[in-house]
Amino acid sequence: MKNEYEPVIGLETHVELYTNTKMFCGCRLSFGEEKNIYTCPVCLGHPGSLPVINKKAIEYAAKIALTLNCKIKKYTIFHRKNYFYPDMPKNYQISQYDLPLGVGGYLDVDMGSYMRRVRITRVHMEEDTGKLLHKGTTGRISESEASIVDFNRAGTPLIEIVTEPDIRSPEEAKEYMITLRNLILFLDVSDCSMEEGSLRCDANVSVRKTGEDKIGTKTEIKNLNSFKFLQKGLEYEVKRQVKVLEAGGEVIQQTRHYDSKTGTTKALRSKEEAHDYRYFPEPDLVPIYIEDKMIEDIRKTIPELPSVKAKRFEKQYSLPKYDSSFLANNKGLADYFEQCCRHYNNAKNIANWIMSDFSALLNKEKMTIKDSRVTPENLCKMLEIIDKGKINSKIAKSVFEEMFSTGGNPQKIIEDRGLEQISDEGLLEAIIEEVIKDNPGAVEQFKEGKDKAIGFLIGRVMAKTKGKANPGIVNDIITKKLS
Amino acid sequence: MEIHYLTAHQLKDRLEKRQISCAEIVESIHLRIEEVDDRLNSYIRLEKESALSRAGKVDKLIGAGSDIEDFMGIPIAIKDNICTKNITTTCASRILENYIPIYNATVIDRLESQNYILTGKANMDEFAMGSSNENSYFGTVKNPWDTDRVPGGSSGGPAACVAAGEAVCSLGSDTGGSIRQPASLCGVVGFKPTYGMVSRYGLVAFASSLDQIGPLTRDVEDCAAMLNIICGHDRKDSTSINVEVPDYKSFLKADIKDMRIGVPKELMVEGIDREVKEAVCRIIKLVEDMGGIVEEISLPSLEYALSVYYIIAPSEASSNLSRFDGVRYGYRDVEARTLREMYRRTRAEGFGDEVKRRIMIGTYCLSAGYYDAYYEKAQRVRTLVINDFKKAFEKFDVLISPTSPTTAFKIGEKMEDPLTMYLSDICTIPVNLAGLPAISIPAGLSGSKLPIGLQIIGNVLREDNVLKVAYSLEKAIGFTGRPGL
Repeated sequence: MKNEYEPVIGLETHVELYTNTKMFCGCRLSFGEEKNIYTCPVCLGHPGSLPVINKKAIEYAAKIALTLNCKIKKYTIFHRKNYFYPDMPKNYQISQYDLPLGVGGYLDVDMGSYMRRVRITRVHMEEDTGKLLHKGTTGRISESEASIVDFNRAGTPLIEIVTEPDIRSPEEAKEYMITLRNLILFLDVSDCSMEEGSLRCDANVSVRKTGEDKIGTKTEIKNLNSFKFLQKGLEYEVKRQVKVLEAGGEVIQQTRHYDSKTGTTKALRSKEEAHDYRYFPEPDLVPIYIEDKMIEDIRKTIPELPSVKAKRFEKQYSLPKYDSSFLANNKGLADYFEQCCRHYNNAKNIANWIMSDFSALLNKEKMTIKDSRVTPENLCKMLEIIDKGKINSKIAKSVFEEMFSTGGNPQKIIEDRGLEQISDEGLLEAIIEEVIKDNPGAVEQFKEGKDKAIGFLIGRVMAKTKGKANPGIVNDIITKKLS
Repeated sequence: MEIHYLTAHQLKDRLEKRQISCAEIVESIHLRIEEVDDRLNSYIRLEKESALSRAGKVDKLIGAGSDIEDFMGIPIAIKDNICTKNITTTCASRILENYIPIYNATVIDRLESQNYILTGKANMDEFAMGSSNENSYFGTVKNPWDTDRVPGGSSGGPAACVAAGEAVCSLGSDTGGSIRQPASLCGVVGFKPTYGMVSRYGLVAFASSLDQIGPLTRDVEDCAAMLNIICGHDRKDSTSINVEVPDYKSFLKADIKDMRIGVPKELMVEGIDREVKEAVCRIIKLVEDMGGIVEEISLPSLEYALSVYYIIAPSEASSNLSRFDGVRYGYRDVEARTLREMYRRTRAEGFGDEVKRRIMIGTYCLSAGYYDAYYEKAQRVRTLVINDFKKAFEKFDVLISPTSPTTAFKIGEKMEDPLTMYLSDICTIPVNLAGLPAISIPAGLSGSKLPIGLQIIGNVLREDNVLKVAYSLEKAIGFTGRPGL
């Protein structure tokens, strides 16, 4: 990209809330079971059926809005958004329009070297659509032999979070989404899975000459369904727009589809072809009045947020800044860390294990720490055993791997496998004698002042003891014997 | 009197005295249907077999000493836009010709708990859009008083079948007069309760903010008894009002001494038939003779009520009816090769002209650039109408007016001129806009032996005043006419 251009980006994010029941009926939410089983006259749009608002969904939405520093509207209503599509049971979506639940918030995004404050225009509630499955090779409705509609998802509570055009690069967009996701995960109101579609994002993007105030003509990019695609799609689109402008052309206001296979965006429809949604107040629902008391009650249910938690970790556990925010940004890791801190007092040691070996195994197995079989108690027991010199750190790795796969107690694993470190000087001395005898060359080199040779000798001792020898004691004995 | 002309409370009395069995009641209604329905076309679907088996069940219950509820064993017709589980509910439309609901409307559940007997699903204007019942996919309903004339609409079937003895009473729906106007044209009692008093759950929506289910009966007593059953809060309808339901029968007292009765002059002006006006004037005299205080009043905003209605109702309808797309249920054009074509052809073939006209009007009114000038402005004027009524009810207990500006008109007479047709509801529409309770009771017959209806309007939740005045006037008028079928 030419340096004199600057991207101007705004994001619209949809988050599915995991309430017990759907937004406007008593049906359960579905997680990919048999098609069309969690349905009723309401979410199938049968004639005569009527919506009833799920109070829990309002609470969850308000929780998110408050966390994003929004003002909660005391008077809020639903509108109908009218358009025809087979995944829409009523051919209108119950949504919010000019009186959304939350307005005027912001989210601070930590870009490492600077903070980007992204203003939140609005947080509103709506219902999700069903899912379409097109038979045929292309997967597109226009070319399919037949299409199947699954209404299990129809009516799932959804919130939309709309930002101001405050984002200035594709990286910032990605970081905004990651920050937002972590935040919502902390609130425990959604599983925020981009893969499963419970977190979805569209982007509005334009470019302008750096330093200009005026915002250029924007395009809307759809199908940005992973953090990577969000960044890649935006990068492509920004380049494309700059190219158009550089060639003396004009950006056309249109909706574009991101194709992750080619890494490009393609025009879907222009402004002229855009839907006229014919919004009007939903006459089947009554206005919602939210009292101050309710807002305060919801505020009380908001847990400590990552940024606050990170500061507390730094102070309370004397952790470095990096460790604090690494742990604080993941609710599961943070909770696990604090549970460990109750059993064991070297917080940095705990943090190191969680951040390195433990995280590596979790990533490999695609698991969350909550699902892991290693209890905080057992991890702490292992750390104590290391501290007491009963095993060295190399053995500890293998013990931990076993704990991870079996959920076993470290003490028992060490005993069963005879892994306890050999610190008995008499026993070690005998082995060292043997090693010295078998390796005269190395001994010679050591005596000539080549310090490296001692490493070789220690290695031999370790090999003979299958890694169980206490390396510190071995070092002491060899040095003593050869000097 | 023939069994099929008895009221529900008369039948209850005879059931209690074991003078009649439920099976006999049902059979007499069936005979009457066979005798007249070829000429009237009141029903879209009859439920003869299930009615007989239900009658048997009711007779057993009564034989076993069960208490007799007001509508136990009473044959009742249900307008075909109220969902009945496992029984087709067509809205008199091709698009729902074979639609079988998977659930009961709340009012049906309530009637079921009374052990009522469903005679069948009554004919209507398609999706309740019309004032003459000529917009039915299943054919026009004829007025039992003169089969060359319309029964009114949209609840033409529910009104005609009660007037002709094809059911003891019926449930209709009223969006702009659809219960009261046909009740007036057919010489029966029709009541539209306060908006929110009766659950709309299971009523196929026409205009959600105006629709209300209500009874059509042969007298005010049956009407009050039916309100007792169908009124009351329902969690499935968010617009349902959560208030205690009074015993409506307790308001059946023939005493209107010192009651203040207003006559809105906007509802007594041009376009009202001379005979209709004279009937209302006679009743005003009657009211004064009975000690009521009658005064003229002006509600200036009523002038705009019709215009407001024909923006708001089609707007809501255009959205409510968009679910009929051939995807999940109902009619689908199977020839269509693309999605758009399926939508277009299904809806073009499935809906009738009047429904399409209103969908187009509504879509236009809600469109970007027109919303403010039409829908938004209509809502503001609607508030003016509400405020005018509010002011009027500071001074009056009820308001009275003709129900319909004319008696039953000839079939085909107004079909080519929708605007004239729309004027049929000029007296009833303002009531829906303000969500008020109102009744139409027979006020007498015209020179050509056609029924004239009187409308009595109450303040929000003041069904008591409406019923009191209706009951008193019903006794004073002494209307006993029956159609000469």
